[in-house]
Amino acid sequence: MNDNEKVDPKFNRGRRNLIVATSAVGGAAGVGAAVPFVASMWPSERARAAGAPVEVDLSRIAPGEMGVVEWRGKPVWILRRTKEMLESLKKIEPRLSDPDSKASDQPKYAENEYRSKNPEVLVLVGVCTHLGCSPQEKPADAKAEMGADWPGGFYCPCHGSKFDLAGRVFKGSPAPLNLVVPPYTMVSDSKIVVGEDEKTKGA
Amino acid sequence: MLARAIRCGWEWFDSRMPTVALEWKKHAAEYYAPKNFNFWYYFGSLALLVLVIQIASGIFLTMNYKPDASLAFGSVEYIMRDVPGGWIIRYIHSTGASAFFIVVYLHMFRALLYGSHKEPRELVWIFGVLIYLTLMGEAFFGYLLPWGQMSYWGAQVIVNLFGTVPLIGPDLSLWIRGDYVVSDATLNRFFALHVIALPLVLLGLVGAHLLALHDVGSNNPDGVDIKKVKGPDGHYLDGIPFHPYYTVKDIVGAVVFIAIFCFVLFFLPEMGGYFLEANNFIPADPLKTPPHIAPVWYFTPFYSILRAVPPLFHSQFPGVLAMGVATLILFFLPWLDRSPVKSIRYRGPLYKSWLAAFVLVFLLLGYLGTEPTTVWGQFGFDAFFLDTRDVATWVARLCSIVYFLFFFLMPWYTARDKVQPVPERVVWDH
Repeated sequence: MNDNEKVDPKFNRGRRNLIVATSAVGGAAGVGAAVPFVASMWPSERARAAGAPVEVDLSRIAPGEMGVVEWRGKPVWILRRTKEMLESLKKIEPRLSDPDSKASDQPKYAENEYRSKNPEVLVLVGVCTHLGCSPQEKPADAKAEMGADWPGGFYCPCHGSKFDLAGRVFKGSPAPLNLVVPPYTMVSDSKIVVGEDEKTKGA
Repeated sequence: MLARAIRCGWEWFDSRMPTVALEWKKHAAEYYAPKNFNFWYYFGSLALLVLVIQIASGIFLTMNYKPDASLAFGSVEYIMRDVPGGWIIRYIHSTGASAFFIVVYLHMFRALLYGSHKEPRELVWIFGVLIYLTLMGEAFFGYLLPWGQMSYWGAQVIVNLFGTVPLIGPDLSLWIRGDYVVSDATLNRFFALHVIALPLVLLGLVGAHLLALHDVGSNNPDGVDIKKVKGPDGHYLDGIPFHPYYTVKDIVGAVVFIAIFCFVLFFLPEMGGYFLEANNFIPADPLKTPPHIAPVWYFTPFYSILRAVPPLFHSQFPGVLAMGVATLILFFLPWLDRSPVKSIRYRGPLYKSWLAAFVLVFLLLGYLGTEPTTVWGQFGFDAFFLDTRDVATWVARLCSIVYFLFFFLMPWYTARDKVQPVPERVVWDH
């Protein structure tokens, strides 16, 4: 009896249910209407289609120097390393956070101490693994700026990450991982193709 | 004759739409505000003024700006050189962006001084924090539009912040950009968000902020409740109608503000690289990051926190998380602050010291964020715990810890502080 007394005499369960059901259906339609708008913000078909492999002529790059090409809108570096450069890599291993590139991203053929197929030719995506800036080349003689123990490598101007001449990240950098090695093929001693290897061709 | 015509016209209008007169009374002529407002209470009305300045100058910039990656940079130069008066409209808008943050930071500091975030004004504070976050988004989207080097690389970094979120990160940043790199698609959508989506949100939030404020009434430098004491006429003894008393006061503030604003506009529109950075006068180059990049000054405290946190488990997410928490923690301020008094005038030494430390580290983090991490040199020694020897990084880490302790320890030090008794009425010896 008590329960009945509390109910408003004007309360009509049928009408209340109708209001709830109508609102729920209307709300669902509203959420559904958002789908095409959200979907329209994904990359367009044109953006997806861009991204063909790039050919690089190594004879244009002198030993010890670096060339930059654009691949999928990102800078790709091709560094021709000298003997001294390669020798510096071993000594600094204790100062690196992932010296063996265990956690980092590179194709199988670059999973070695030089992070490349041919030790002399280093190919890297020039995009910092921290937040996507493009680091700058800082040669070994930039000691005044980079500190007396600088072995040569790359420095990211955005958040100060440092990388060695194999793109491996120094401890104390905000970047968590070594620079990415893109897929590439050595077509001949003087020509490489960035963005294509056996695996990408097979796929 | 004329006066009679105006009166008749008004009566005709008022009988058809009485809402206007009623709302004017409710929010201005009969909105009772405490009579002891001081200097710190200028910044709310000034923020509203800057919002109007930004919307007005923005409309006229839109008439000549082109949201296209191949045309954007050139169209801004066109506005600066060829559009009559274009240079001043552009400088009004860019200076207005910095002025907005100066005014809003001072407005927020006022809340910390006088406890304006405390009960019963929690909702006013929450709407305020939402306005602040929306403003950050608005400033970020707007900064991409000139398509200069800083625009491009700033957007690259901020969008990649979302890319560090575990699991969904990479897809999320792809969805925000609409492309695999910051590109024309990104510029076009940021333009849409900057000129229509966020301004609408901002206006709605400002409305909610003011309505919530007028429902509970304004706080004051003494932090006392002026509604407790009424005079024989039924009005609050410590309150005065907002109009004409505070409309007149705020007009004085607006005139002084506009004088300073014009000085910046005519003599220091770039503010030595702090309001408009030199690198942004170079067109965006996706292959080359400028040698030193830093966000505009109003983001630098948070940028410093981001940069100070080292990566954990090969992920840079902890730094991003710290930066996110540093802003989102503001929402919880009304509940973190457990002091029985509102105003700094009656708070004890603990809160005063913590607030002073907080202001100091906020400014220091802001300064460090504008400089490279090598600005203060390196430690001359090596040790196992020194993951980096940059002095500035370690100072920023220390400052970040103080920043967070100010909030995390607040429930403890505000509850234990030696507060002074709060008077019944506002202190007023004039």
